[in-house]
Amino acid sequence: MPDNTLVRLIDVCKRFNKGSETITIFDRLELSIPAGDFVAVMGPSGSGKTTLLNLLGGIDRADSGEIHIGGIRVDALSESALTRWRGAHVGFIFQFYNLMPMLTAAQNIELPLLTRPGKDRRRHVETALKVVELADRKKHYPREMSGGQQQRVAIARAIVSNPDLLLCDEPTGDLDRATADEILSVLRLLNRDLGKTIVMVTHDAAAARHARRTLHLDKGRFIERDLAA
Amino acid sequence: MNDLVLIRQNLRRQKLRSALMAVSILIAFAIFGVLVGFERSMNAREQAAAADRLVVVNKINFTQPLPIAHYSRVRAIEGVRQATHLSWFGGYYQEPKNTLIVTAVEPETYLEVYANDYDLRPDARAAFVRERTAALVGETMAEKWGWKAGDRIPVSSDIYVQKNGSRAWDVTIAGIVRGRTPHIGTNFMVLHYAYFDETRLFGKDTIGWIALNTVSPSVNDRLAKTIDRMFANSANETATDSEKAFNRAFGAQLGNISLVVVLIIGAAFATILMIVGNTMVMAVRERTREIGVLKTLGFSRVRILRLILGESLMLALLGGLPGLGLAALTAVSLRMSSSSLFSALVLTPDIALTAVVLMFAFGLVTGLAPALSAFRLKIVTSLGRS
Ligand SMILES: Nc1ncnc2c1ncn2[C@@H]1O[C@H](COP(=O)(O)OP(=O)(O)OP(=O)(O)O)[C@@H](O)[C@H]1O
Ligand SMILES: [Mg+2]
Repeated sequence: MPDNTLVRLIDVCKRFNKGSETITIFDRLELSIPAGDFVAVMGPSGSGKTTLLNLLGGIDRADSGEIHIGGIRVDALSESALTRWRGAHVGFIFQFYNLMPMLTAAQNIELPLLTRPGKDRRRHVETALKVVELADRKKHYPREMSGGQQQRVAIARAIVSNPDLLLCDEPTGDLDRATADEILSVLRLLNRDLGKTIVMVTHDAAAARHARRTLHLDKGRFIERDLAA
Repeated sequence: MNDLVLIRQNLRRQKLRSALMAVSILIAFAIFGVLVGFERSMNAREQAAAADRLVVVNKINFTQPLPIAHYSRVRAIEGVRQATHLSWFGGYYQEPKNTLIVTAVEPETYLEVYANDYDLRPDARAAFVRERTAALVGETMAEKWGWKAGDRIPVSSDIYVQKNGSRAWDVTIAGIVRGRTPHIGTNFMVLHYAYFDETRLFGKDTIGWIALNTVSPSVNDRLAKTIDRMFANSANETATDSEKAFNRAFGAQLGNISLVVVLIIGAAFATILMIVGNTMVMAVRERTREIGVLKTLGFSRVRILRLILGESLMLALLGGLPGLGLAALTAVSLRMSSSSLFSALVLTPDIALTAVVLMFAFGLVTGLAPALSAFRLKIVTSLGRS
């Protein structure tokens, strides 16, 4: 395994049972993503994009194969070890933000820090707020913010515990073009200036162009095209 | 921010719903406090009765008077250690609605017979015995009217009038009487029989009933029979019973109190448990997605379980503790009321402690089902397919 590989999938199989029939999403899937990469994942609906992110983030389990992330075999971790690992090493960004409605922006961002000991929680929250340029909104509740602002809060929440890997599932799917571009610039900044490795699922070719490369997922396989070239 | 803040914010998101649940819990615990206190006071009344005490009343009815001659004959019987007589005065203060429980007694013998029930300062005792128009007032009654030793009070009777036409007897409070245990009620006043008997227009030389201490509880039955036989076939036949039986008969008039109390409390709690339990299940189900998000962010299953149990527990305490406070206030005002039924009603610390234990149990039970389903919830399922 090359030194700078952050994510590596070996022979990963994933099946779902729908009633009596079993559908196979991935059959011996292979994938390798170097640290510091920004990968867009595209593909038709139902091709398994969300399932892939779930496997990478350890919120779903593969039926067989190995998943290595940052030198750790994630698929071998126990449930509680996996939860702890996820809190420390992965940040999630969803299409519909998934903020807690009864908490302010700052409190939402603070949530991941509650799962582990450590001081300076306030300072970490302030820093994350600055990165997404929302310092003036920290006392606001989600219902008082626009979609783009809510997604920025979600990004701040994803990066506040300083994870290596960000997993984004259609982060701009609910936003207009201009707002989407703003969010994508934030992601690009996180990748370029802070060295975050990003895997972003998107249906939008314009959004994918912000990534360093795009993987096309179809029928459980990747077809890679390097758009940067 | 900490878990307590999360719990509080979760309770606040549907303020009306949380408030309604808290109020229903409050009512249940108020009912619990008052009824258990009442049941205890009724049982304690029976328990507190002195084992060696007999009460002699008119056989026709205990409200019928006895001739005072009965008293000297009873005192002379062998096996009677001390005896005293009491007469119902039928008192009120200023207006008939301000009922006072007042009895006219023979001071020295009264204080001897009831020596183990009440505490009284020696100087107050001496003042009461010495002064013909003196009265003793129980602590509860004194608190209710704001009376203290030395106050001069007119007590009126709704039964008797004085020879001078007045309904009011002036008495001077010689001292305040305290019960030796919380269940000995002190909402009463006693005044001199001699003062009362000499001034009343009618009913002279009659008494209400006789209370006596025997030399030993073992002679109670024999002595009771002896007394009743002594007055058999006279114009005023007697019925003699132990104070315990007397008090039990008083309670029995109300039926099986313990059973009624258990049934009412059981019904109240069963209802509230179902309502609050069901509401908690719904409240948590609405948050399925958020629980999935918390797990994604690294909140462990156990932590999620604790958050939800903490929420139902906090709700139980938010409703239960004020409910207990309300019960305590109600107990005080009932005790101060003129009904002798509630004269010994107190919310004792052990009842309060039981209630608090019950609040914890209530919180855990109502939170258990939603907490467990949140504990088991799979992230993938909770985030859904939107
Ligand atoms: N929990 C599940 N149980 C059963 N089938 C599932 C489950 N999760 C996903 N699937 C199936 O797996 C396939 C891939 O789902 P996935 O959500 O990964 O697709 P996707 O590429 O993200 O699609 P979209 O672009 O619509 O979000 C779909 O056919 C879906 O129905
Ligand atoms: Mg998807």
